[in-house]
Amino acid sequence: MGNSIKIDAQGVYYKLLNQKIHDALGNGETDIELTRVNGQRYIADGLKNDIRITINGVPGNDLGIFMNGPVITVNNNAQDAVGNTMNGGKIVVKGMAGDVCGYGMRGGKLFILKDAGYRVGIHMKGYKDLNPVIVIGGNAGDFLAEYMAGGVIVVLRMFGRKNGESVTGDYLGAGMHGGTVYIRGGADRKRLGKGVDVAGITDADRGLLKGIIKEYADDLGLDADSILSERFEKLVPLSTRPYAKLYTY
Amino acid sequence: MGIKSSTPYGKDFGGCGLAGIIDRSGKSVAGNMIVSSLTSMKDRGNGLGSGYAVYGAYPEFKDNFGVHVMYNDAGAREPVEQLLKTKLKLVHAEPVPVKKIHAIADPPEFWRYFVDPPDSMDKTDEDAIDDLIVNIVMDINERIDNAYVVSSGKNLGVFKGVGHPDAIAEFFKMQDYSGYLLLGHTRFPTNTPGWWGGAHPFTILDWSIVHNGEISSYGTNKRYVEMFGYKCTLLTDTEVVAYLLDLLIRKKGLSLAAAASVLAPPFWKDIEDMDPHKKDYYTALRVSYANASLNGPFAILMGFDNGILGLNDRIKLRPLIVGKKGDIVAIASEESAIREVIPEPDDVWAPKAGEPIIVTLKEDAKQ
Repeated sequence: MGNSIKIDAQGVYYKLLNQKIHDALGNGETDIELTRVNGQRYIADGLKNDIRITINGVPGNDLGIFMNGPVITVNNNAQDAVGNTMNGGKIVVKGMAGDVCGYGMRGGKLFILKDAGYRVGIHMKGYKDLNPVIVIGGNAGDFLAEYMAGGVIVVLRMFGRKNGESVTGDYLGAGMHGGTVYIRGGADRKRLGKGVDVAGITDADRGLLKGIIKEYADDLGLDADSILSERFEKLVPLSTRPYAKLYTY
Repeated sequence: MGIKSSTPYGKDFGGCGLAGIIDRSGKSVAGNMIVSSLTSMKDRGNGLGSGYAVYGAYPEFKDNFGVHVMYNDAGAREPVEQLLKTKLKLVHAEPVPVKKIHAIADPPEFWRYFVDPPDSMDKTDEDAIDDLIVNIVMDINERIDNAYVVSSGKNLGVFKGVGHPDAIAEFFKMQDYSGYLLLGHTRFPTNTPGWWGGAHPFTILDWSIVHNGEISSYGTNKRYVEMFGYKCTLLTDTEVVAYLLDLLIRKKGLSLAAAASVLAPPFWKDIEDMDPHKKDYYTALRVSYANASLNGPFAILMGFDNGILGLNDRIKLRPLIVGKKGDIVAIASEESAIREVIPEPDDVWAPKAGEPIIVTLKEDAKQ
């Protein structure tokens, strides 16, 4: 175990707060707890260190943007664009999260306990050993996985505000050309975007899901078996190169 | 490394910020509350426009129309006051109190006038009286150089200008005001000038609008309201939304929810799936008021004498979050702005795209 430190963020401007985090890292701290956070943007942006950051309060937009390593736990809701263009590490949000989370995400994990906003996981991508994962415990808004090119998104519809409603929003997976979206309880065919289809899951899918859900459940104190007990469907792109003809012929 | 809480340099992000707070019991909320909520989102704006609306600002003149006027030139005052005296009964006139501060350079002059309709008018004909006030506002904005009406509602004060939210609040002494409903806006102008008249809220009568986004349908909407005598003179798209609300709700008699469905109508594909009654209703709204629908990204808050309405565009291209605790409801661009004034809300949620959030005073709150 390394060293740990608490930083009181009340009234601290975001630049100064990030400077304090950098200073703490410079002093060899590996476990940072931020208290009374409210709206400070860009927390942990671009950090590559193998550290843990715990956030008490609601962090501002672009939490963990460009991050490549740290494990962040938010003991509350988070705002827009969590994990924007994140490359590695993990963000666990023990509440809801806003719009455009995981935008262009290319690695690492984003676990959200409750609902997520609109346009989550758009432009998400994967390459070789980089395989980003987003798990949403509640519902997701419209345009989930739009233009998705790689990685995995799982929607559970179990812990959100209105779990009875549609599993995901409209235009689901519009323009998707890679990666997989798993939906607990099945996908609403009427809400699919162009270029995607729904399929049942295979044993390989089940194995992958089991690993992801076990970690998600461990991090959030949930029962993995009850999550996995329900039927899942997956969303797959019809083409890996939907516009090939548009530009090459 | 320079670290400052104001950002005159290195500014590379933005998007307007909006905030509203209402106490449904009708109790007054201190002006400082909306200032701290909005100032927490200072980085959403760039100092080129901030403003506040205070409903319940003038209990001593609550039955008079309160007309706030901005003068870019002191010479504009005489013709405005002449017009007000000729067409209306002037009850009271005074300069809007301001504090000269370094952050606000070269401000215009602000006056407020409390007026009644002329004795010749039937006091029970509220629609005719409201029409007269609207016409006078349009007349001043259009005809009298260097004079612009900032607000014209009863018991409503609007304070806005070019500056960051904390600077504008200090300039207008927001700590001296309180009201049952407060709105605030910090601006990041994208395609229209950042001038004093272009700061939000935009108002007419007791309607006030703060807006994050852009109204791509502005030309269509502007020509539509012009057919009914409204004049868009403030060089900013948001102005037209205030007139659309007055037109749709006061003149056409639509409910708040119906007006919201005109501004952000359901898509045709969704109307197709509705039951026959709803299908007819939404089809009629879309067909009748096609020119009043707003295209483009928006999150707006609309204040009116009895409450607040929050609305997103149909595909939610701008953020909007609601929080409540007891009778207090706050709506803002960011949850942190809500927690600035309600640290432990009972509930917080993000409304769906196009879903109006309507919060009115409780029945027993009205005096």
